[in-house]
Amino acid sequence: MIQPPTLPTNYTVKPGQIKTSTGKTIRTEEMIINMGPQHPSTHGVLRLEIVVDGEIIVDCIPHIGYLHRCFEKHCEQMTNYQQVIPYADRMDYCSAMTNEWAFALAAERLLKIEVPERVEYIRVIMAELQRIASHLIAVGTYGIDSGAFTPFLYTFIDREKILDLFEMTCGARLLYNYIWIGGLSHDLPPKFIEQTKEFVAYFRPRVKMLNDLLSYNEIFVKRTANVGVLPREVAINYAVSGPQLRGSGVNWDLRRDDPFVIDHKLDWQPQVGKGEVGTVGDCWDRHIVRMREMEQSLNMIEQALAGLPEGNVKAAIPKRIRPEKDAEIYVRTEASRGELGYYIISDGTASPFRVKARGPAFVNLSVLPEIVRGGLIADLVLTAGSIDIVLGEVDR
Amino acid sequence: MTAQEIFDVLKAKFGDALPEEKLSAAGGSAAAGFSLQVWITIAPGRTKEICSFLRDDSEMQFDTLSCLSGVDYNNGTFGVVYHLSSMVQKHKIVLKAFCTKEHPHIQSVSSVWGTANWHEREVFDLFGVIIDEHPDLRRILLPDDWEGNPLRKDYKVQEFYHGMKVPY
Repeated sequence: MIQPPTLPTNYTVKPGQIKTSTGKTIRTEEMIINMGPQHPSTHGVLRLEIVVDGEIIVDCIPHIGYLHRCFEKHCEQMTNYQQVIPYADRMDYCSAMTNEWAFALAAERLLKIEVPERVEYIRVIMAELQRIASHLIAVGTYGIDSGAFTPFLYTFIDREKILDLFEMTCGARLLYNYIWIGGLSHDLPPKFIEQTKEFVAYFRPRVKMLNDLLSYNEIFVKRTANVGVLPREVAINYAVSGPQLRGSGVNWDLRRDDPFVIDHKLDWQPQVGKGEVGTVGDCWDRHIVRMREMEQSLNMIEQALAGLPEGNVKAAIPKRIRPEKDAEIYVRTEASRGELGYYIISDGTASPFRVKARGPAFVNLSVLPEIVRGGLIADLVLTAGSIDIVLGEVDR
Repeated sequence: MTAQEIFDVLKAKFGDALPEEKLSAAGGSAAAGFSLQVWITIAPGRTKEICSFLRDDSEMQFDTLSCLSGVDYNNGTFGVVYHLSSMVQKHKIVLKAFCTKEHPHIQSVSSVWGTANWHEREVFDLFGVIIDEHPDLRRILLPDDWEGNPLRKDYKVQEFYHGMKVPY
């Protein structure tokens, strides 16, 4: 159905044969190499079984599940819907705010609760701050994958500032349990708005600096342009989402196209890869989409801060949450890595009958073999890094 | 297109591959804004042909399979739920295929949408539903020699795994 990408013309070694300097052709054999589960470039415990012919990848089989901790089974055992929120945090631990938001939203739709407007604004501010923090990890570690260590330190300085804001709000730096069903655990602290504005003003020039340092660095561009090209049709067929989908030139962002909150009222633009330095959908496109999305997130934070209404941060919800019998809902949201969906079925009791988490990283990783087939081993690290997987979410 | 229109087109084209006479709805309410609670039941042996039609038809164009979930309804029935959406037409639909516990077979749609490959392996792994015509039907999240399918409602965890005590 889907053809593997053709070899770029600058690859001199074709699979199956090597030509020596005397003009003889030597037969080559395929070899199986394991990359991972403990490998710094797999960003967690992921094992890639690679079939190689010389330097060229013939096939790549990801083996996942090393971090499986029965999220869906746990949800069914809870005595309360609210108890699922901390588990949802631990799915994508780099982007916990968006995870708990998605689950809270699904439960609210199931219960048909409207949350106060202030809650929606605060949720958008938190989610966009989280998106920046998450993209900073992605960009920083991607720099390391490509051999640039310095940007990583800069991105972590900036990420610390966001984590400080979160710590000030809810006491936790990584796993928050802040967005609850029907509202928030508590309101913003007094100095939050002021300090967030300071952060936005501070961070704008830093994005430009990071671009100069990494994105337009000649070595980085040569390393990532035309590498790991994900064509548009393959991306859509594999339901790839988030920056990876937009990097392939598809103008699709759930915050605009299937709005779940106030996002569509704010003034911002989804960022799409255009193939500025190479082919549309290459690693550089995926990287630059993340860089540009951080700037858009800053715009959204500024507007949400300006429009933040006064009011309560908790909707009136029953103490024991019991959705009606056989009610079911699938809610999808745009998390940092793409479409995060929860499919919840209720049986009328206080615990969910079935929860399915559709994580963006799980789906985005499943397209990896299609991208790397026919490329070089050295490019596999860069391609896998550009997908920006979090194994906590892949394995659930 | 609305769910009703899609149902009418499918019923006219596929007839008995749709066991129900009308759209199914959950919780007694199919109010606006909760349109995802409406679904179309399809025969478990004909999912591929129906999904190919939904993907390729110019009025449908369901180019994305958002989510594919397995469900154990705890009454001897398993289900696979397909959440489809279209980027072009901007509409959504939910399909469900049911099978019995004694004969848990559902046709694969991974030749229609590549994303179904891993989702169907997950259904096979956690529910033990056998996905016919799947190109690579192996366990995905659990080890190959794990016993049982954990998301079945009657699942009993094994005592030992390679000499390690499992229940804690």
